[in-house]
Order: sequence, then structure tokens, then C-alpha cells
Amino acid sequence: MTARPRGDLRYWLAAQRGPLIAAALFAAMFALFVTEHPAGLSANVVNTAANKGVLLAFVAIAQTLPVLTSGLDLSVGSVFVLANCVASTLVTGSPLEIALGVAAVLGCGLVCGALNGLVVVVGRLQPIIATLATGAIYGGVALWLRPTPGGAIDEDFADFVTGSAGGVVPVSLLVLIAAIVLVWIPYRRSVAGRAAYAIGSSEQAAYMSGVPVARSKFLAYMLAGLFAAIAGLLLTCVTYSGEANALLGGSYTLSSVAAVVVGGTSLYGGAGGAIGTIFGAFVLRTIGDLLFVFDIDALAQPLFLGVVLLVSVSLGSLRLLKVKKRLDLYR
Amino acid sequence: MTSLLRMEGISKRYGGVRALEDARLTCERGRIHAVLGENGAGKSTLLKVLAGVVAPDAGTIELDGVPVGFTGPAAARRAGIVSVFQELSLMPDLSVADNICITDPPKRWGLIDHRAQRRIAEQALARVGAEDIHPLAPVRDLPLSRRQMVEIAKALARDPKLLLLDEATSALTAADVAQVFGVLRQLRDRGLAIVFISHRMNEIAELADDCSVYRNGRHVSTFVAGSVPPGEIIEMMIGRDYSSVFPPRPPRRPRPPGPPGPAQRASEPPVLKVTQLSWAGRLRDIDFEIWPGEVIGLGGLDGQGQRELLLALFGALKGVRGEVAVNGVAVALSSPARTQLPGGGIALIPEDRKTEGLMLPMSVRDNLSFAAIDRFTRFGLIDRASEQTAIDAMIQLLRIRADGVDGPVAALSGGNQQKVVLGKWLMTRPQIILLNDPTRGIDVGTKQELYQLLHQLAADRAALLFYSTDYAELIGCCDRVLILYDGEIVRVLEGGALTEHNLVAAAHNLATEPAA
Amino acid sequence: MMAALFGRIDKALLAASGCIVVLLIGGALYDRNFVSPDYLLQQLQVAAFLGVIATGVMLVVVLGHIDLSIPWVVTIGGMMSTAAAGHTGWAGELAIPFAVACGVGIGVCNGIGVAYLRVPSMIFTLATNAIAQGLMVVHTSGFAPQDHATPAMHFLAVERSILGIPNAVVVWAVIGAAIVVVLKRTSFGRRVYAIGNSERAVYLSRGNVRRVVVACFAISGGCSAFAGVLLAGYSTKAYQAMGDPYLLPAIAAVVLGGTSILGGRGSYVGTVAGVVLVTLLQSILSIVQMSEAGRQVIYGAVIIVMLLVYGRGAKVVT
Repeated sequence: MTARPRGDLRYWLAAQRGPLIAAALFAAMFALFVTEHPAGLSANVVNTAANKGVLLAFVAIAQTLPVLTSGLDLSVGSVFVLANCVASTLVTGSPLEIALGVAAVLGCGLVCGALNGLVVVVGRLQPIIATLATGAIYGGVALWLRPTPGGAIDEDFADFVTGSAGGVVPVSLLVLIAAIVLVWIPYRRSVAGRAAYAIGSSEQAAYMSGVPVARSKFLAYMLAGLFAAIAGLLLTCVTYSGEANALLGGSYTLSSVAAVVVGGTSLYGGAGGAIGTIFGAFVLRTIGDLLFVFDIDALAQPLFLGVVLLVSVSLGSLRLLKVKKRLDLYR
Repeated sequence: MTSLLRMEGISKRYGGVRALEDARLTCERGRIHAVLGENGAGKSTLLKVLAGVVAPDAGTIELDGVPVGFTGPAAARRAGIVSVFQELSLMPDLSVADNICITDPPKRWGLIDHRAQRRIAEQALARVGAEDIHPLAPVRDLPLSRRQMVEIAKALARDPKLLLLDEATSALTAADVAQVFGVLRQLRDRGLAIVFISHRMNEIAELADDCSVYRNGRHVSTFVAGSVPPGEIIEMMIGRDYSSVFPPRPPRRPRPPGPPGPAQRASEPPVLKVTQLSWAGRLRDIDFEIWPGEVIGLGGLDGQGQRELLLALFGALKGVRGEVAVNGVAVALSSPARTQLPGGGIALIPEDRKTEGLMLPMSVRDNLSFAAIDRFTRFGLIDRASEQTAIDAMIQLLRIRADGVDGPVAALSGGNQQKVVLGKWLMTRPQIILLNDPTRGIDVGTKQELYQLLHQLAADRAALLFYSTDYAELIGCCDRVLILYDGEIVRVLEGGALTEHNLVAAAHNLATEPAA
Repeated sequence: MMAALFGRIDKALLAASGCIVVLLIGGALYDRNFVSPDYLLQQLQVAAFLGVIATGVMLVVVLGHIDLSIPWVVTIGGMMSTAAAGHTGWAGELAIPFAVACGVGIGVCNGIGVAYLRVPSMIFTLATNAIAQGLMVVHTSGFAPQDHATPAMHFLAVERSILGIPNAVVVWAVIGAAIVVVLKRTSFGRRVYAIGNSERAVYLSRGNVRRVVVACFAISGGCSAFAGVLLAGYSTKAYQAMGDPYLLPAIAAVVLGGTSILGGRGSYVGTVAGVVLVTLLQSILSIVQMSEAGRQVIYGAVIIVMLLVYGRGAKVVT
């Protein structure tokens, strides 16, 4: 049977539509931002933007994994904050201690993710409420670690991570790319990763087909914890300290859900991916930057952000106009 | 020589319901074994136990003389048992190739090798004659019949020792069925053992080597196919005297009180008059009329617009052009809510009773009164007493088993569930009833009951429009059959011209024989 | 609901009630006054605010959706009622309906987004929450609002009229009774449960799905705004982010009361029990002077343990 290149391209495009739109949106917005910014396309501007974007991107990737299984992780913000506090305690000292500290932070993320996985898979609790509860627990632990903001991180390490390689490419961006190449893409192409999509598409059918449902879901939540922890580590590098800021955590959690949606991943599961989410996160962050650059009144910014969020999630509704079978509107 | 499969003493209870009681099944290599019985007889459960989906409460399963116990579908699969169920095991968002190779895909360096996987999928599809399906197409874009082909291709690609089929061909076209049967026979000749459940007697007659009959969860009898007369088989299944010819045909409708003759037609308007109905290129210039008391059938190959026509008449489609008139008055069917009309309105028995006709966790009672709830409501409040009286009457009329009535409707068998769907609509006292393949997947006994009900409804002057993939049903129940081809009515068959030959010919848009 | 479901909800109600009893005993052991009538009435009063919010949340959850705009709709309720009283000199009686109308308006927007635009409720209400926040930030120019609550608001939230029972509790009881009647005895209520089970089947049964969804979100918005009014009456003024602490407890209360987060199941009595449970839990944790960190951990842990007892999903088999 010969390959049919035209048909293949058509299917690939259809599958990638969400991420492509998000990427295009981001490109347009970022171009606008850079044009309007007084300093233009300088390394500094790109670096600051990258650091902010990558922070949200990692938390959003964390959210993407359970969402693919048609679940949800409302504790990603809390894991993010907890990792921040842990990092501000452990990532100091000799290079060996720093390495161990980083490992500890990532390990903490994996443990939190595993706990989420246990509760959702073995406990069979609904993800929304289960992760809300575990989020409270992780927030509490973070608060116990850092009752008041403080702590420190090895400054050289932090400066390196938040700086630019060769004065041009932000290191945070490289870390993001590394995470995608070393973790996400192998996951996506592995049996466990595809199983996540299968479960999100139809858990019943996946089970009947012999897909290892429990193991795959558990892995998804565990990896979510890992990515959230990476974000927490990055945050520590940016702020040089740790703070058990529940409000920040909550805001990142909700923004991660928004980034997932803007990036083209369906909240019902089974379709989408981390790459689209990354662009979704970048879009959201660039909106904030654009508001700043266009000198929108600081007071009006939250309102503006809200409106843009509303519009961007409603854009998907345009496809409803094409629907010819009203019945299909109802699940 | 030991049998390939021996199941003994299998029992399974779901709460208070005995699904299987000391059931047994023995299969040999290279034989096709049909499992027969009414809905609720335990056939599906038996196969699910074998497939590892359900764990039995008691009993033993032996494969080649070795006792096995399955912890889940994966374990059964490893033992070489592959199953195709009525509920498809396909993931709609994944591609055909991903679905076919969902477990144990070809790998390279630990990751899935998509190119090799695609080749496997193409081979699997070609084997069942479904080369037209593109391996990268997402399953959700395929119509139901194609999806079933993918499901079968997927099962065969696993190179099973024992293949289980539970109503696996229910949505297939006749051509597909012939193709699949050919492949199954080839595999049987090479030593594959097949166990299959079907309610289509002609399929069983055509394919099976051995038959086993079950009733109320117990094994009744096993015999070589063809050695027991059909009437006796039916009696074994139902357990009571059943006087009808095999394959069971619904009783031929007696003419009185039949549809009005030409003189009467001139004086009263048709209940339903459809003029130049078109939609999205899938329906083209449909014209027909139905008079009170008529049962009109929709025939033709699957996917020619029959289901869409019913949805259009129920207001579930957008952008429908043309005119629909009820009792002579034009109606704008912009949503199903608009099908409530003075004089009775239009009802639709939908395609999938589980997701479209019923609220599964809700009780049978609440489901029955749901569409007609406004009849019992005053100032927004429900009058419980009148509601329950009407529900009780409907339960009596439909002979729905009383012991499950306060429980969730999900616990009922397929046939009883369909009765609830019908009952729900009958409570709205409709004048026009649209039926979308209502007897699919329903056992013989309940089918008969449904036919009698429909007959009674027509006698009471309701008008029925009935889509069915079963020729015998169309011939037995309908006064007239409209054959659709590519969204148009190509032929209207009635009276003596309504034969299976003509139905098939018209379905393929060929010339038909005149009335005998 | 019917026998098969009755067992399940009953289990939740039983578990929640059992937990309440345990908390009462535990609290009493720590401090006798914990079970004094005065203190208990005070707890009910505090619970009433959460209860009013949870009423709206429950309705939306039974529908199969979720309303994450509660935090800032509550705040809008508080701020708009005090602002209306302050700026226009309206008598308090008009300020309250005005604030509730604002909440209903936002609820209608949520409903339209979910029912007509088909945006998942989680994300749409998130966006309206952000917009509500933005509007309030603009309104107050970022400062704490200086307007005062009206005497009527104070009356409802703080005073006690009948038999020494706080008015807030009476208000909650009235709202609760109305919701129970709606859910159990009206066709609207029947449709709410049905939509939670299967929107598609309701649509094909001539049910007007979209209108019911909009109505439920409107009620939820109204309840949240009204709770904001009560809160403002209680504290005599509104303050920034006054609704934030109520989101997680409201959802927890609804779920702990036996309502399935997937929709289609739940009883209001269970929600009441859930609200009381959550309120008592928070009180005990503050009385024993547990650190904030400990409180959070215990709060989360209790929710998980309770849900493990009766909130577990079915195994994935037909």
C-alpha cells in the first residue's frame, strides 16, 4: 500500500490546528510588543519576557498532562509554590549540595504528583475536588516551611538560569526546550503517553482495549508534579527567595487552565498537547506585557486581562456557526 | 483431544439480579459457535467473563485444559482471547492506526514506531476489505459502519486463538457483512475458534457450526447448527410456546383499520406532508405524505440520509429548506421543543437509546414522565398523584417488568429500555411517531411486543415513520417503504411490490420488479 | 430521588452528620463553651453566609457544571450594595435588590457563555471572575471601599428577631426551602437533574436545555451576590477580595454533602450538612489555635478522607 502524502498532510494539519493558531497568535502579539517597546528587540527585553513566559509555561504543561486524561490538577499552583519554598531552603552551598537540592525540589514535585495520582486513581475521587484538597495540603506544607518570606538560593546558579546564553538566547527558554525534547516528546510517543490520550478520549474503550489505565493516569499526575516543581525552581531563581504565597499559587493554577485552553487542548481530554499549551501560556503572558507597553492604566489592567481571556476562550465558539446538526451541540 | 475452551458453573450476580447461574460453554478449535438467547439471558455477561471484563462470582474457565483466571481485559488478551463488543472499544479522538495498535504497538528505541504501525493498520484493514479507510483518520470522523469495520480489523490484527463477537455486525451494510463473514470462515478453516452473539437469525444460520441456547442466565442446550428446527430454538430461548415461523416475521398488518383510500385522502389533509425538504446536500428534495394510521418505512443502504430525515422532522438540524406541514398547517421545526403541536405533535425514538433516549441513572418512573412532565404541572409544581397514575398506566400498557421500576433505568435490559423510551413518548400523546432503527440489538421476544405496540398505535390513527435496516421488519410492518439513495427518494414500494428483492434493488438504485 | 440513589445520598448524609457529631464532641472536649447554644447559633450564623453561596453552587454542580466566578461576584454584591446606598442615598431596601441584580446579571452572562457559546463552564466562569475583579478594581480605584452597609443589610446579617435565631440563618432557611421545592417538586428541578445526567437526552426530549442552564447560573450569581450583601452587612463594609475565602469551602461543602461533581445527583439536605461540617471544621481549627499551615493541611486531609468514605467513583467496568 503506497503512502498518500496529501491525505497525510491533511490529517496532520487538522490535528495540529490548535497549537498552530496559538503559535500564530503569540507570534503576532510578540511582534507587536517588541515593536511598541521602547527598548525594542533587545536581549534584555526578550530575556525578561522569556522568564515570565516559561514560568507559566511549565505550570501549564503540568496542567496539560492530567487534562489529556480528561482529569484536572488544581494543585499545580500549590506544588509550584511548595517547590519554590523547598528550593529557597535547599538549593545553596557547594555544587554538590546545589545538585542535590535541585534533585530534592524535583523529587518533591514527583511526590506531590504521586500523591495526587494515588488519590485520583486508587481513591477514585473526582480530580477537581481531590486536587483542590491536596492543593490545600501542599500549601499548608509550604507555609510550614516558610511561615514568612525568606530563604535564599545560590546566586550564581540563579543568575545563570535567568540569564542569557551567549548573551542572546534566554537560558530559561533552553530549559523549556530541553524539557520538551527530553521529557514531553518521548512521553508523547511512548505507550504510556498515548494511553493518556486514549483514556481522555474514552476511558471505557481504553480499558476494554487493554490499555493500562491506572498506571498511565498515575504517571500523568506524577509528571504534572514534576513540571510544576521545575517551575517552582525557576521562580526561586527569579525572586532569589521563597514565599508560601497562596494567592500566587491560586492565580497560577487558574492561569494554567486558561493557557491549556488557549493552546488548543480540550478540557474534555483526548486531544491537544504541551506544545500548544506553551504557546497558550506565552500568549497570556504577552497580553500582560502588551497592556504595559500600551500604557493602559494599571487599574484597568485586570479588567483588560479578563476581557481578553473571555474573548480568547470564546473564539472557539465561532466554529459553532458551522454546525449543521443542532444535536451535535449537546454532549 | 481437549476442547479449546471449557467454561463450567459460571455464576454472576449484579446486586439482586442473577445474570448468570451455573452457566457453561464449550468450544472447539476451528468451529464457529453461536450463542443464542433473549436479552437478559446472560449471553453478553458470559462473553464479558471470558473477555476478562467481568469477574465471575463462581465457576471455572479452562483453555486447552489449563484453568485460567483473568484479572482484566489485558490478561484475557494475553491468553489469546480477543473480543468485539457492541459498545465499541475505539477511542474517537485517536487515529484508526493508533486504535488498531493501541496495545503492543511496534516500537523503535522504546517509543512507538508510527510508520510500522501504519503498515500494520493498512494490512489489517485490507484483510477485512476496508481499504477505503485512511489509517490516519480520527475515528470520530467515521460513520458507525466504518467504525465497526475498524473494530473488527483491530480484533483480527491481534491474531487471536479465540474470537468473541457480541453483536459485532449490527451496524454493517450487507456487503460488509458478507466480506467479514468470508474472512471469518477463512480464519475458522485455519483453526480459529469463534463465539458470536447475534440476534439476526439469518446470520446465525449462515455462519454458525454449533449453537448454544441460554435462558435466564442458565445454559439450556448445545447442538450442531441446523440440527434443531427454528421454532424449537425460539421455544428454548423464550421458554414458552411460540407459534411463529422461523425466522420470526412480525405479523402482517391486516388492512382494517388501514390507511384511508383515495376518496378519503381527498377529504382530510395528511397528518404529515413534506415538500421539497433539503439539507446540507445530504437530503435532496424529499416529498412525501403520511395519513393517519399509516406506517411508512424508510429503506435503502445505511447512510443515505434516512437518519438525517428523521432528525430534520424532529427539529434537530439547522438550515433545513423546504416545507413541513402537520394536519395541513405549515410548521417551523427550529428545535425539538417545537415538535409539541396541537393535536399531538411529533415524537422521535432516537438512534442510541442509552445516550439519547434515557437518563440512565434516573429511575424508570422519572424517565417515563420526563417528556410529558408539563401535563402534570400546574404553576410550575408537579402534581405527583396524577403523574404516578399516568406512569402506572403506561407501565401496564408496555408490560415493563414492575420490579425494576423505582430503580435506575440503566439496570433494565436493552429491550425494556427501549420500551421506556417509547413509553416516554407515548405519554406525550403524539400524532406522528418517528422511529430510528428501534429494534436494533433487541431480543426476539421484545421485538414482537414492540411490533404489536406499533400496530396498535397505527390502529389508533397515529402516523409512524420507521427507519430500519431489517428488510423483514420493513416488509412486515409497513404499508409503504420509501427507499432513499444519496439523500433522495428513488423508489416507493407498496403492496405486492414490497418484496425483499425490490428493496435490495431499489437500495442500489437499480430497476425493481413490478408488483407480483 | 429514587431508591437506588437514595442509598448513596443517605450514606453521604450519614457520614457528614457523623462527622459533625465528632467535631462537636471534639470541640466540647476542648472547651465546654463550644456546644453552648450561644456559640452554636453563632456558628450557624457564620454558616449561613457559606450556605447561601453553596446553594447556588449546588444548583450549578447538579447541572454538571461549575461556577468559579463566586469570589468576585460575592465581592460585587458587597461593594455594589454599599456603594448604591452611599452614592445615591437610596434606602437600604433598594440597595440590596440592586446588588443581587448585578449578581444575576453576571450569572446570566455565565449561562450564555456556557449554554450558547458552549465554552466549558470552568474556563468561562474563570474569565468572568477576572472581569468582575477588573470592574471592581476600576470602581474602587484599588483602594478599600469606604461605603457603609445600610441598616437593612445589618439587620439581615447580624440581628436576631425570632426566638434569638440570627436573621441570617432565617434567610438561609428561606432560600433553602425555596430551592428544595424547586428541585423536588417542579419540572424545572426535574430538568436540572436530567441535564446533569444527559444534556443530549434532555434536548431530544423537548427540554429547553439552554434556558435551564442560564437560569441556574443566574440563580448562582444571585445567591453569591446576596451572600456578599450579607457579608458586607456583617462587617458593616465591603472589602477587596472578600469572596476569595469562600470558593473552596463552598465546593467542598457541596461535594461533602453528597452531590456528585459530575452532576445529576445530590440533595439540598446534604449540602446543608456539608456547609455545617465545613464551618465547624474551620471553627475548631481556629479555636485550637492551630497555625495556618496546620489548618490547611488538616482541612485538605479531612476532605480527602471524607470523600474516600463515600465519594468514590465506580470502577471502570460496564
